[in-house]
Amino acid sequence: MAIYSQILANGLMLGALYACLAVGFSLVWGVLNVINMLHGSFIILGGYLTYFAWHSWGIHPVVMLPVVGAFMFALGYALQKTVINRVVSAPVLTTLTLTFGLDMILYNVMTYWFTATPRRVQLDLGSVSLGPVTLPVDRLVGTGLALVLTLMLYLVMRGSNIGRAIVAVRMDRSAAELMGIRTERIYAITFGIGALMAGVAGVVFASVFPITTNVTGTYLGKAFVVCVVGGLGSVPGALVGGLVLGLVESLAGHWFGPQQAITAGFVLMLVILLTRPTGLVGVRGYE
Amino acid sequence: MKSGPLAYALLAAGLLVLASTPLWADNYVVRTAAIVAMYGALATSWNFIGGFTGYPSFSTAAFFGLGCYVGAICQRAGVPMMLAWLVATLMVGAFACLLGAIILRLRGHYFAIGSIAVVEVCRLVVSSWSSLTGGGDGLNLPLLTWAPEQVMRFFLFVMLGILVLSLIATALVDRARLGFGLRCIHQNEDAAAMVGINTTLYKVAAYTLSAVFCAAAGAAYASWTGYIDPTESFQILMTVKVPVMAMLGGAGTLAGPFLGAAAFVLLEEVFWANFLDWNRAILGVVIVLLVFFLPGGLLSLARKAKAKAGSGGPA
Repeated sequence: MAIYSQILANGLMLGALYACLAVGFSLVWGVLNVINMLHGSFIILGGYLTYFAWHSWGIHPVVMLPVVGAFMFALGYALQKTVINRVVSAPVLTTLTLTFGLDMILYNVMTYWFTATPRRVQLDLGSVSLGPVTLPVDRLVGTGLALVLTLMLYLVMRGSNIGRAIVAVRMDRSAAELMGIRTERIYAITFGIGALMAGVAGVVFASVFPITTNVTGTYLGKAFVVCVVGGLGSVPGALVGGLVLGLVESLAGHWFGPQQAITAGFVLMLVILLTRPTGLVGVRGYE
Repeated sequence: MKSGPLAYALLAAGLLVLASTPLWADNYVVRTAAIVAMYGALATSWNFIGGFTGYPSFSTAAFFGLGCYVGAICQRAGVPMMLAWLVATLMVGAFACLLGAIILRLRGHYFAIGSIAVVEVCRLVVSSWSSLTGGGDGLNLPLLTWAPEQVMRFFLFVMLGILVLSLIATALVDRARLGFGLRCIHQNEDAAAMVGINTTLYKVAAYTLSAVFCAAAGAAYASWTGYIDPTESFQILMTVKVPVMAMLGGAGTLAGPFLGAAAFVLLEEVFWANFLDWNRAILGVVIVLLVFFLPGGLLSLARKAKAKAGSGGPA
């Protein structure tokens, strides 16, 4: 039983990180109807900024959170405003291809500047034991941060004017326009928030896992799975999807070996796609 | 979609140039020609599901990679090379048929994500099934014992053969009920179903057609390079590159995908040769420019030029 409580704890910690990683991707897909292939690289960019600030100037990752967040928001806002907005209502083939092209550029720039060597912020916080369960403190703090950040996005979406405008555009673009919402601006803000969430997820990840440009695709894949499993475009959806994926990966890793954990995630996604395309907590007609 | 005489002329000229490279050029050029033919075949295959039917399929690399592996495993078991290619083609075709019946129920973004996931699942299964596939270490294939120029020439003609077969299949589908039905599905799937088109059957047929030539090309590629591994065989980059090639030439046309593949491979060669550190970014820029300024592909330029010249003629 002890082994299972450890697996459960690992799965939940991983799941919270996945939720934070995917929530921005989910929002962009839900509101803009764009599959943002840049998301994985955004996460790694946030991670690199954190790592180099820590490595070169000794700035603590927690201090970097707002800095990276602001930078990534600006980057995302500008990209949407100048580039992606021009094709935002085109079919998925076009928007996906465009963001893939942009991703190739960003990937190349990052590999050139930072090289692909795996890097990690070493905080050496030790670990705590709760009965039979051992929890590394850096991971625990990362989990907490991921949950807080996700919750903050939820509050912004529910409580602020911008959040309500985003939800309105998601429900019905033309009606929102008639109500005086400037949809182009909302699109840019949404994409900015998507990039921001990817960036802060990167800050958390850099303190927990080694980061390298080679894993952008892996993180993008996680975002796909979380989004489809939980349901599109909502914070609770991403949270449920993330936790489910974290648990499934931990269990599958234990039963079938670590190599099978990722496969289990994708298989779960394909099954959900075919049986419940709205996701576990998605609303019908809202996909 | 009507292909004008210009498109046919370009197509014929392109095939002739590729086929004649052994007569006038060195091994590097012949190799590039074989790569052009291979990507031409992949893009022409993608055209069945992506161009005719309008489904954003990103599973090309899955079919190519499975083709590599089925071919390699057969050859290692002693099956003659050509027969191994045929087995790979048939098996992957059957796989695509079954898979299509499942994932073609999805539409739009969900189909796109599902088809990318197929590539990832295939790669993961192949890399963890070590007893059969050699896992991450990959597989070695028996090499041909001919002179290097002969090997190169042989595989150029093999790839050209697959390309020509895929073009013939395109031309046949284009004229048949199937092509008409697929274009109806592209325009409005619900309406197509309403007027009596068996949309599921048609889509599965298009998906299977998009797989068989990829599998053949993959199996031939495995024999050509003599070594395959999971990361090389199942590349997400390839799975997006191939639709980009088709769009670059003109999706939904007969000659477009091949011409786009030729243009793309040549660009890629130039960038690899001259900007080693930045070739990926430059290709990214090419893709972005393509999406913005040439959404109809290179052939649409020719069509526009013609419409301008012959005023009043059908555009």
